[in-house]
Amino acid sequence: MHAVIAEDISKSYDGIQALRGVTFRVKKGEVFGLLGPNGAGKTTLTAILTTLLKADSGYAEVAGFSVEEKLKVRERIGVVFQEPALDTKLTARENLEFHAMLYGMPKKEREEKIEKGLELVGLRNWADTLVEKFSGGMKRRLEMARAFIHRPEVLFLDEPTLGLDVQTRRNIWKYIRKLRDEGVTVFMTTHYIEEAEKLCDTVAIMDRGKIVKIGRVEDLKRGLGEDTIYVEFFGKVMEEELNTLRELDGVKEVLASDTTVMILTSNGDRIIPQLFSVLSEGRVKAVRMKTPDLEDVFVRLTGRRIAD
Amino acid sequence: MNMTNATRDLMAIYVMWLREMKRLVRAKSRFLSSLVMPLMFLAFLGSGFREVNFFGTSYISFLTPGIAGMAVIFSSTFAGLSVLWDREFGFLKEIAVAPVRNVAVVCGRIAGSATTSILQAMAILVLAIPLGFSTKPQGVLLSIPFIVLMAVTFTGMGLFFAAIIKDFHGFGLVMNFVIFPLFFLSGAIFPVSNLPSFLVPLAYFNPLFYGVDGLRGVLTGRGATNPIIDLSALVVFSIVTVFAGAKMFDRL
Ligand SMILES: Nc1ncnc2c1ncn2[C@@H]1O[C@H](COP(=O)(O)OP(=O)(O)OP(=O)(O)O)[C@@H](O)[C@H]1O
Ligand SMILES: [Mg+2]
Repeated sequence: MHAVIAEDISKSYDGIQALRGVTFRVKKGEVFGLLGPNGAGKTTLTAILTTLLKADSGYAEVAGFSVEEKLKVRERIGVVFQEPALDTKLTARENLEFHAMLYGMPKKEREEKIEKGLELVGLRNWADTLVEKFSGGMKRRLEMARAFIHRPEVLFLDEPTLGLDVQTRRNIWKYIRKLRDEGVTVFMTTHYIEEAEKLCDTVAIMDRGKIVKIGRVEDLKRGLGEDTIYVEFFGKVMEEELNTLRELDGVKEVLASDTTVMILTSNGDRIIPQLFSVLSEGRVKAVRMKTPDLEDVFVRLTGRRIAD
Repeated sequence: MNMTNATRDLMAIYVMWLREMKRLVRAKSRFLSSLVMPLMFLAFLGSGFREVNFFGTSYISFLTPGIAGMAVIFSSTFAGLSVLWDREFGFLKEIAVAPVRNVAVVCGRIAGSATTSILQAMAILVLAIPLGFSTKPQGVLLSIPFIVLMAVTFTGMGLFFAAIIKDFHGFGLVMNFVIFPLFFLSGAIFPVSNLPSFLVPLAYFNPLFYGVDGLRGVLTGRGATNPIIDLSALVVFSIVTVFAGAKMFDRL
């Protein structure tokens, strides 16, 4: 049922508490995003789940096995670390080849998967170039290919698009979606709001070693209940129009300034269609809505912004 | 994915060895330049002391096995320490998260480094011939187990020290306080019996002493100790250092 289970995990590095009782579950087949600012503990948590680091306390299970069973877990996961982890003195193909061998893939399957992997990440023409000649984006794409050629059940990506240009970032998102569609569970960390919102099915917001909120992206935002609708009128707004708007279900506050009305509501997308039926024809000039984003959620929960 | 642990370990050893070989082939100039220092020792000491008679043989005959041993201790210790580069460039993590046991990874590194050492020692033996060195083909063949065991020992030692020094800054320390003392206390360039008497016992705790002496025994027939004893001592040293190296590898 669950691809990752973490129960009350804590970890400190001589004195510094990096994780303080982290608990969550990742469903099979979803893209799970851990969103948090620098130093939140994302990399530490990833290291524990990928068997590289031992938690001080708590329990973690990945792909059905306790992380104590290192080899069992390692066989079933693919990892892209925050820092590059390629052998730059080897070619792209050799990096993939050695990886596939370490994961016990037979030769024929290896060749096939490597070809496909290179193709998917658009590095086919660079297959036999030494990795030291690669740009940061190419290296990252190669690492993506490497992390999934052995068909892992769970893919761990620690800030997969950190420092990449927009184009490469979109491409990486595309690969992640494709893998999700093929049934791979993805556990990723990020401190980009947009990435968490657009890519992840479930987001856990992490701050200072704790998960402060977890849920589906829409639910998190809805929880905040603060869509803002701006309605622009032809001519001055009338008092009875404001009263009509205040009557609508779910409207919290209506503020007017001259020809514009600002509506604060918990369900903006339901309110907008109603505007046209309750207001006389020809009154509304334009409608604009701003939904809260995960940044607003983070600010609400911690009093700080994610990006510093 | 249904490999047994043994096949999996063998595969990991093979991969690490193959990686070393690919890198070696790509860095030929590094391989060649690593021969330069031993060859200079060989050429300058060999000609400088050519008049000196060593137990009835020429100095070059005495010196060549010593310099072959020198090449092995340098290249193997560096091979062990090179794990620090892998950590720096992140590749160590890729290995750490692979479904293979550490001990197999360590053995693979050692296999790669032993191959490099054999090539280096052979190059030195061949290049010593024009300088006046002579040996028999079976001597060269018999020298291989000694070279391999030395390579195993010193690669394990390099891994061990890599985990202790943690970064490149400690490199000079290992060089000055480990490699050079072992070299000078090994009998590579002069007989251990010429050392101040209080230092002589130290030689018996020095794996390079047994390596060089064994090489000298099989190559020129003039070792101080029976080559079988040298070989046995090296086996013990290599087992100890591989375990120590693999143990410390976990901490990197
Ligand atoms: N090896 C270490 N030794 C000591 N402290 C560490 C170590 N690794 C991480 N920390 C500390 O633990 C905390 C969590 O770090 P971690 O790298 O897990 O955060 P992160 O969310 O991945 O941050 P970033 O976005 O910068 O990658 C930080 O305060 C960090 O300084
Ligand atoms: Mg991190």
